[in-house]
Amino acid sequence: MVGKPDTNKTHQPDPTTTLKTSPFSLKTLKLKTKQQELLIRITILLLVYILAFITRLFSVLRYESMIHEFDPYFNYRTTLYLTENGFYEFWNWFDSESWYPLGRIIGGTLYPGLMVTAAVIYWGLKFLRFAVHIREVCVLTAPFFASNTTIVAYFFGKEVWDSGAGLVAAILIAICPGYISRSVAGSYDNEGVAIFALLLTFYLFVKAVNTGSLAWSLASAFGYFYMVSAWGGYVFIINLIPLYVLVLLITGRYSMRLYVAYNCMYIVGMLLAMQIRFVGFQHVQSGEHMAAMGVFFLIQVFYFLVWVKHMLNDTTKFQAFLRISVTSAVAVGAIALGLGTASGYISPWTGRFYSLLDPTYAKDHIPIIASVSEHQPTAWSSFMFDFHILLFLFPAGLYFCFKRLSDATIFIVMYGLTSMYFAGVMVRLILVATPAVCLISAIAVSATIKNLTQVIRGKTGQTVSAKGTSSTKGLSKQQASLDQSIPFLKNGATVLLFGAFYLLSRYAIHCTWVTSEAYSSPSIVLAARGAHGQRVIFDDYREAYFWLRQNTPQDAKVMSWWDYGYQITAMGNRTVIVDNNTWNNTHIATVGRAMSSYEDEAYDIMRSLDVDYVLVVFGGVTGYSSDDINKFLWMVRIGGGVFPVIKEPDYLVNGEYRVDKGAAPKMLNCLMYKLCYYRFGELTTEYGKPPGYDRARGVEIGNKDVKLEYLEEAFTTSNWIVRIYKVKPPGNRW
Amino acid sequence: MEGRSGLTLLLTVMALSSLHLRSCHSSSDLQILTADRRIDLASHIIRVALVLKVQNDGASPASNVLLTFPPTQAKHLALLQAAEVTGKKKKKTLHTLDAKPSDQADGPNGAKFFSISLRNPLSTGGSVSIEVSYILTQSLEPFPVEISQSEPQLVLFRDSSSILSPYPIKQQTTVIRTPSTRVESFTRVEPSSQLRTELKYGPYENKPAFSYTPILVHFENNNPFAVVEELVREIEISHWGNLQITEHYTLVHNGARHKGGFSRVEYQSRPALSGVSSFKHLVAKLPPRVHSVYYRDSIGNISTSHLRTSYSKSELEIEPRYPLLGGWKATFIIGYGLPLKDVLFEADDGKRYLNFSFGCPIAETVVNKITNKVVLPEGSKNPSVVVPFSVERRAETKYSYLDIVGRPVVVLEKENVVPEHNSLFQVYYEFHPMFMLAEPLMLTSVFFFFFVAALAYVHMDISIRK
Repeated sequence: MVGKPDTNKTHQPDPTTTLKTSPFSLKTLKLKTKQQELLIRITILLLVYILAFITRLFSVLRYESMIHEFDPYFNYRTTLYLTENGFYEFWNWFDSESWYPLGRIIGGTLYPGLMVTAAVIYWGLKFLRFAVHIREVCVLTAPFFASNTTIVAYFFGKEVWDSGAGLVAAILIAICPGYISRSVAGSYDNEGVAIFALLLTFYLFVKAVNTGSLAWSLASAFGYFYMVSAWGGYVFIINLIPLYVLVLLITGRYSMRLYVAYNCMYIVGMLLAMQIRFVGFQHVQSGEHMAAMGVFFLIQVFYFLVWVKHMLNDTTKFQAFLRISVTSAVAVGAIALGLGTASGYISPWTGRFYSLLDPTYAKDHIPIIASVSEHQPTAWSSFMFDFHILLFLFPAGLYFCFKRLSDATIFIVMYGLTSMYFAGVMVRLILVATPAVCLISAIAVSATIKNLTQVIRGKTGQTVSAKGTSSTKGLSKQQASLDQSIPFLKNGATVLLFGAFYLLSRYAIHCTWVTSEAYSSPSIVLAARGAHGQRVIFDDYREAYFWLRQNTPQDAKVMSWWDYGYQITAMGNRTVIVDNNTWNNTHIATVGRAMSSYEDEAYDIMRSLDVDYVLVVFGGVTGYSSDDINKFLWMVRIGGGVFPVIKEPDYLVNGEYRVDKGAAPKMLNCLMYKLCYYRFGELTTEYGKPPGYDRARGVEIGNKDVKLEYLEEAFTTSNWIVRIYKVKPPGNRW
Repeated sequence: MEGRSGLTLLLTVMALSSLHLRSCHSSSDLQILTADRRIDLASHIIRVALVLKVQNDGASPASNVLLTFPPTQAKHLALLQAAEVTGKKKKKTLHTLDAKPSDQADGPNGAKFFSISLRNPLSTGGSVSIEVSYILTQSLEPFPVEISQSEPQLVLFRDSSSILSPYPIKQQTTVIRTPSTRVESFTRVEPSSQLRTELKYGPYENKPAFSYTPILVHFENNNPFAVVEELVREIEISHWGNLQITEHYTLVHNGARHKGGFSRVEYQSRPALSGVSSFKHLVAKLPPRVHSVYYRDSIGNISTSHLRTSYSKSELEIEPRYPLLGGWKATFIIGYGLPLKDVLFEADDGKRYLNFSFGCPIAETVVNKITNKVVLPEGSKNPSVVVPFSVERRAETKYSYLDIVGRPVVVLEKENVVPEHNSLFQVYYEFHPMFMLAEPLMLTSVFFFFFVAALAYVHMDISIRK
């Protein structure tokens, strides 16, 4: 501001050259402070938007533009189907390629939000004549929505605190590893769009509560609808919002704004959510959704009571009325709930919900949930890994929130605390906590830096400009008095400011490192460092799947552990017995039983399931540790959970799981062992080690002479990671 | 055609009864003094070189010489070239002659005729030397039809020991070259002999016209029987300086089918004994200065490929995801870009033309059906094509980035293509450079209107509240 008149003066003496340009440039460049602020804010947001997108492209640079992991392959396959066959075909799609011989009604058992989103983007681009492949759209959907999330985070932060906090929140969430882990390019999963929808719903709801506007609350209902269509995690919204309303009621913050916001959001949101086939009538029938309904009725009672109180104008009478009405309301509610549950109209809580509330539940009751690594309770290290400095800023932010309590800060505090609890229960739910942690940390960062800069600028501001508001004046006066008591206040503030910048830059470095090293691997293609430091790529999965696709009969049925089901149907285009949609535990247990039985028993099971090929994943040659041998105990457990013939102790020796000479005899002769180690005993995997040395487990295998009677090796990939066996047709009886 | 064939059936019957008469009828009295045939069975593409010395014994000059093929060979004939030889030994010069299917009726047992037009009609008593080379595809029949991983691939080749010809041949020899000395059996027609990798039939003296003695050679051939069932090449011209080629392959191992399991441990540890007829990699010869080469399939990038570029050519070595054993299939896509100035030129009449190779760039492969789609830039008109051999031509329209009227596509289809078809073809078209600016103008106008709209929105007050 000070420099501008100076440049103006220096330009003026030169009339020949600047005659034309100077009035023009002066007019355009001379922005008001407010405009400057707006320009800077928009520029920062734009940069954050771009940053959020490009930081997620590490996976494309390191590997290629491909779909990652397991579930995204199913999403990709369904999106492909949607774009090829249209919406109605997709809605009515009965998929006979999975869960053979049961099949799966795809339209009724998935959240279509992601697929429809990608398809709409694809159709839009096609309409504009952008010749893109649907795969590219799917790959880039998650980064695109991550970028959008940053914008929502900005507005949310602005709503909760101020625009500074909003900007910091946008920056933090753009690179936060907890969110990046699920939204890198290629990670085409529900969570990619769901976090956007979740934050959008919350933002719109808070906005509705703050303004009491029907429009905002309707918008939040639509945001909720999008969330319901995209991810099962919507249950979190439908429980958190009632809880928030309840807290507001209890803390005496009930207002007409809240009443309008909640009722409109709940009713419209519920009606909209019922349009999703997979959700259906759960909003009125399932135990998980009852809290929202209870709060809905409660807020009506509350409204009624407030009205009565207003009409009565008599405290004693009202107290009596209150007592009667509250008891009767509670009684009616309890009876309705009891009747609903007893008659089976209201379904009890599902196991997944229980396992969220009680971390040990799944381990005891549902091995199939416990077997998934992302359902494990979170270790401290992964909190540190995913949040880094946010973990320390989070409590600081909570402090600031409590200091300036409002409806909005109460919401963000509740969101932060509940989601932090869930993040502790399950690794994957760190994702849900990430936006809250980023927002609360942003409040801490923004408030701290604001305070510090005010301290630093306090003196100069006093002398130079006299246009400070009354509050800053008071503050600077305070500082002036503080200055005398604390001599190095300004220097201290500068040091603290630098410290904050140092921390934030560490955060940026950490995030970039984590993104590039840990979260950008597609897990289909494995990369390792060779002996000379060069990059070695193991592309065995796709080798096997493509072999299946090209060289097996069109109607071949492939049996594998359920982890690979989606990939086999998507990339191999073959029918599978079980897949990652673990809806039928018995079917999975049957496969687990076949894998853990002796070959002849397994043959009968495979014949009954019409299996043509068996696929196993084996890491003994490459040292790839997440293979089927290491997952095998879960197959035994899940199989044994349904078929008591399979007993876990049979596969262990003194409670120890081993594959070498000392392994249990049942282990050495079960189907899985045989298929993994067939003819492995002839192979020397590592120099100086005996043949048959398993590099993944670091032992020499116990059964080197594996003979197969009912199966034959059909294909083994170049690094032995995937092995496919053909089930022989039954021999002649005589 | 049908009516004519019915009519010529009568002629054929007559011709059968009197062969001599027939040859008189077709042209003047020709006879072949010496015929020398070399059949190369080294790969799965059979290349035959035939040297004929033809003499005119008739009264009138002859302008055509006929060649005859049995129907099975005629069906698999991919290419037929003929040249006239003048001069001796070192001063030998070749003059390419026109060889095309004869419109004459089929010979005995459905034999097909091809006629070679001579440069100058052959006067009475005169003689001429003709070199004919032709290529047969898919004429090696695997026997046994199915082999296991440890077995070598044996194939059968059927032909005649004497050359099938509408003219009597005074003296002839046939040499068949096999890829190795391992010949299981071959039909003996004395005098015949085997010397290392060569089987020699003849010399036979004074064989009458249409003499045919079937022979069967059963030998080991472990060369890759790489057949591209379908190849779709999309050649897209962008006047901004790039030619983008995308080739979609459906590759199959067309040799003896694989039977039983596939053992990786044997394939890895005993490559000389196990899966000898399989192939792991192929080499594609690309033009020099290719850039942005990719090699992928429907499920993603295939990481096993190497590109070697030099001043004169580029070689792309590709490995399918898995080794191809008999009967196994693989589909993949190769794409690359070329600087446009290497392939696009301006003709004298102001037309532009693309000069590009027709066939499959992968060495030693047979393509059952090739479709070359030349995508011309939007706004180009009147495409015309010059191809050195007969192709089927269609027109299509393709919509790509920001197209409104679509790009004209010239589709050229041909069946049974061998590496020798890798010659250049030309597509001529008219194009006005103004069309190049259409898309940038469109984009800028979109942004322009966007900013105008933003300006208008800022300066407008559309609220109903005052």
